[in-house]
Amino acid sequence: MNVNYMFSLLAVVVLILLAYVGVEGAGLQVLFGVIIPYIAVFIFIAGFVYRVMDWVRSPVPFRIPSTCGQQKSLPWIKENKIDNPSTAGGVIVRMIFEILFFRSLFRNTSCRLNEGAKITYVWEKWLWLAALAFHYSFLTVLIRHLRFFLEPVPVCLQLLEKVDSFFQLGLPGLFLSGVVLLAAVIFLFLRRIYIPQVRYISLASDFFPLFLIISIAITGIFMRYFTKVDIVGIKEFAMGLVTLHPTIPDGLGGLFYVHLFLVSVLFVYFPFSKLMHMGGVFLSPTRNLPNNNRAERHINPWNPSVKLHTYQEYEDDFREKMIEAGLPVEKES
Amino acid sequence: MSERLKSDEDFSKIDLNPSKTGWMDTPTVIKDGMFCFAAKPQSVKTLDLPYSREWNPKHDDWKLPENWKEIIYEGMRDRLDRFRTFKIFMDICVRCGACADKCHFFIGTGDPKNMPVLRAELIRSVYKNDFTTFGKIFGKLGGARPLTLDVLKEWWYYFFQCSECRRCSVFCPYGIDTAEITIIGRELLNLLGLNIDWIATPVSNCYMTGNHMGIQPHAFVGMLEFFVDDIEECTGVRVNPTFNKKGADILFVTPSGDVFGDPGTYTCMGYMILFHYLKEKYGLEVTWSTYASEGGNFGLFTSNEVMKRLNSKMYAEAKRLGVKWILGGECGHMWRVINQYMGTMNGPADFLEEPVNPITGTKFENAKSTKMVHIVEFTADLIKHGKLDLDPSRNDNLKVTFHDSCNPARGMGFFEEPRYVIKNVCNNYYDMPRNCIKEQTFCCGSGSGLNASEDMELRLAGGLPRANAVKYVNEKHGVNMLACICAIDRAVLPPLMGYWVPEVDVTGIHELVTNALIIPGEKEKTVNLRGEDIPDKESDPDEYYVRPAFSGR
Amino acid sequence: MNLKDLLEKRKSAIIKCWFDLVVETYPLDTSQFLKKQKDPFANPVGATISQALKPLFDEILNRMDHEAIAAYIDPIIRIRAVQSILSPSQATSFIFFLKKAIRENLRKELKDIEISNDLLVFELKIDEVGLIAFDIFVKCREQVYTIKANDRLNRAFGAFKRAGLVTETMDDTQGL
Repeated sequence: MNVNYMFSLLAVVVLILLAYVGVEGAGLQVLFGVIIPYIAVFIFIAGFVYRVMDWVRSPVPFRIPSTCGQQKSLPWIKENKIDNPSTAGGVIVRMIFEILFFRSLFRNTSCRLNEGAKITYVWEKWLWLAALAFHYSFLTVLIRHLRFFLEPVPVCLQLLEKVDSFFQLGLPGLFLSGVVLLAAVIFLFLRRIYIPQVRYISLASDFFPLFLIISIAITGIFMRYFTKVDIVGIKEFAMGLVTLHPTIPDGLGGLFYVHLFLVSVLFVYFPFSKLMHMGGVFLSPTRNLPNNNRAERHINPWNPSVKLHTYQEYEDDFREKMIEAGLPVEKES
Repeated sequence: MSERLKSDEDFSKIDLNPSKTGWMDTPTVIKDGMFCFAAKPQSVKTLDLPYSREWNPKHDDWKLPENWKEIIYEGMRDRLDRFRTFKIFMDICVRCGACADKCHFFIGTGDPKNMPVLRAELIRSVYKNDFTTFGKIFGKLGGARPLTLDVLKEWWYYFFQCSECRRCSVFCPYGIDTAEITIIGRELLNLLGLNIDWIATPVSNCYMTGNHMGIQPHAFVGMLEFFVDDIEECTGVRVNPTFNKKGADILFVTPSGDVFGDPGTYTCMGYMILFHYLKEKYGLEVTWSTYASEGGNFGLFTSNEVMKRLNSKMYAEAKRLGVKWILGGECGHMWRVINQYMGTMNGPADFLEEPVNPITGTKFENAKSTKMVHIVEFTADLIKHGKLDLDPSRNDNLKVTFHDSCNPARGMGFFEEPRYVIKNVCNNYYDMPRNCIKEQTFCCGSGSGLNASEDMELRLAGGLPRANAVKYVNEKHGVNMLACICAIDRAVLPPLMGYWVPEVDVTGIHELVTNALIIPGEKEKTVNLRGEDIPDKESDPDEYYVRPAFSGR
Repeated sequence: MNLKDLLEKRKSAIIKCWFDLVVETYPLDTSQFLKKQKDPFANPVGATISQALKPLFDEILNRMDHEAIAAYIDPIIRIRAVQSILSPSQATSFIFFLKKAIRENLRKELKDIEISNDLLVFELKIDEVGLIAFDIFVKCREQVYTIKANDRLNRAFGAFKRAGLVTETMDDTQGL
């Protein structure tokens, strides 16, 4: 048994029970419905800003992009403007590819040697695909939830919902994003269990957010499709939160508070953990700088002054030998 | 059967079970052949680096200063404040595992701690413990562990099993660069005097005499004059290199490894012949320097300050000699330094001119600030403009493939220039499979100062993925020559080939260029620079399987 | 059915089992990587092992030509000889795993005394291959040390000597 994921699973189960018993048993709706969410949002925003500011505080002394394509050199050699950008525009395109399409993960190819020593390339696409599915479905789910916080619901949101529930299955219409999210996050979890290298490097703190998100997705899906939670009540509750006039409508049920509490935990956990890669990816100096050092000087704010061995000292060390070898010298003796 | 051998499981697996513990609980054993000897105290002292002393990695006592933990803690804090890379790379890894099987040392040695993510985790675990609330709250579950002597030894062992090749950073979705982490890890180790001799002594040599080998000025001149004789013997032309010459057009700097190590010496002769040719035909004057007689920079493998100290000589000498711009030889990490660090550290080079090739009129726009041009860029430009008389059939005994050196590949993007030059001077060129070249190139296994002799097992295992790809083109196309643009490659690939693919020899590109170059006034050439017969026209290269002079197998 | 036919029939299962046993000498996560990664360039160790075992098995089963066997084992031992994660016994032991692979796959058939006796004889052949492996291992190690020694000498003296910058007494540094 892997202690790392068992611990994380246990932690999430405890959190679920805490919220459920807290609301259903002890009647702590105000704590779980108002106080904790407010604190969580505050910690999330403050923590996120603090972490990013903390990164920005450290300078970038050297311009060290990882170059993944042909450099700009002689005019007749075709440069790779995206994988090895020499201009700010190129960097922006590179970052867009990196952030929106996970370009580097996409690069993961492997080749096979078939009979007759013929090489074919196989695209190692599963991690890339699952990561992409996970992040985009999560984003969609997040945006969809804005309908609870906005009155009237903007047209673009309604449109998104239309697209998302494209497959008219049952009532209420099935949201594709929720299903994809759950499937992708479960894939990412299984990957950590079944691929030995990945299991070897995985920590409890890698499993925890996965379990958390799985639980959030499951509780959400459950409320929508099975327990058919009181949407009007939730909208009233959510509007109360955003307008800073929190109210606790009756009949929201323990499951809703579990869902809300887990989201709060995720918000609190976010800025302290590796989930900050969301902010960090924008700042990664091997990706967000152009490879134009030889054309434009990069400034290091703390460029140290160092002790040098000057030519004069060198000539002093070797003058006689240099003269003997016929080398020109600055001073004859 | 006896009770003990009841199960053949017991029998065949005696003592053969690999450890199944988690990485934090698997102790690191420092093994012969996998590490380089400790730095000699004198070399550390010459550079005024701290804690020079005799110590031995195999001993229990590393003779550390009493407050070593404090030194490391302060060192880490200082670097977190100075390097955004370090801070971000410590914080944002999600351990997705995309890098795990991309490292040649992991592939070759099979040691899981050589997976890039784990190499970084060795230091990240201490960072979490000492610098993050997260690590303080969750401890080992959050991947944190305190710094102990065993952890420090583990750092030393594995940070000197990384060749800073950056292959992993190509595949990382956040661009986390293990080279950067290793560089900072080594800086921290240097705070305690824990360098290896194969780095520290070349650095101290370079500081005092101008080159890694410690070749003094008269000996440097002596070596090149010896090459002059060699060249005359083989071509009938007497070249006349100049040294420390004021008012020359261009200063040429190349790694000193090429001045005295085969087969780099042939590349060095290649430069000399090319410069002679350009002087005779076009009046271009290129001078060598004995003070800046090292292109390579093992300071990069020590600390950024030491790198700056060594690198400063190039500009200082260019300024003193009053040249127009600087031309750099074929070298790997030298070009990482020039392309990504030199201008920042020792610029602006406003005493030099923006580099223009006086023969073709080409402006090297991409080098207009640092004012240093790669000789392969320079030669490619000459060839493109038809300024070199070439007879590629003189290389017809060769079937060539090209090894992209890590640093020009992933620290520069230097892919097409060398291929263009090779294809113009050789008739038979074959690339290795796509996921072994260009930005995905495999390291020679000996980069970043690990090319000592005592760690040969590490080098041979780490070089296996590269050798394996060479073996493929050797078997498929009959490739018998591995070209490269790196002095470390030229020094380490011959033994690597000797062990894995003995049919393949190693060369620099400018050796190939000058073999094909028709020099004014040359005698009828019968042998190339290596003293091997030049093939008849239209001969079949498959007849020329040249076994390496290396007597390994 | 005699032993030879049996082995021929079960060949692919035996070799697969043998391969698994060989790569399991590596740490768990490494061995899984060696098994799963099919790219011969990303995984030269696994590819080398899997390519060599089949012809090696055929050779043991049929001709038992020492030179051919050496040629098949060499690439595997050559790798394991420089992997200091393995001890010498671990590096060469994989030959003997064939015994286990066969016994695993012929459990039922081995109740037949005749086949069981034939297998004992066959296992002598495996022992012989084990000795060849030992030879190759030692040869590879010697080569590593030769490379080490030459590397040291070549870099320090090779060109200096050619240039006449060191005296003739250094002649013994020619290379081993």
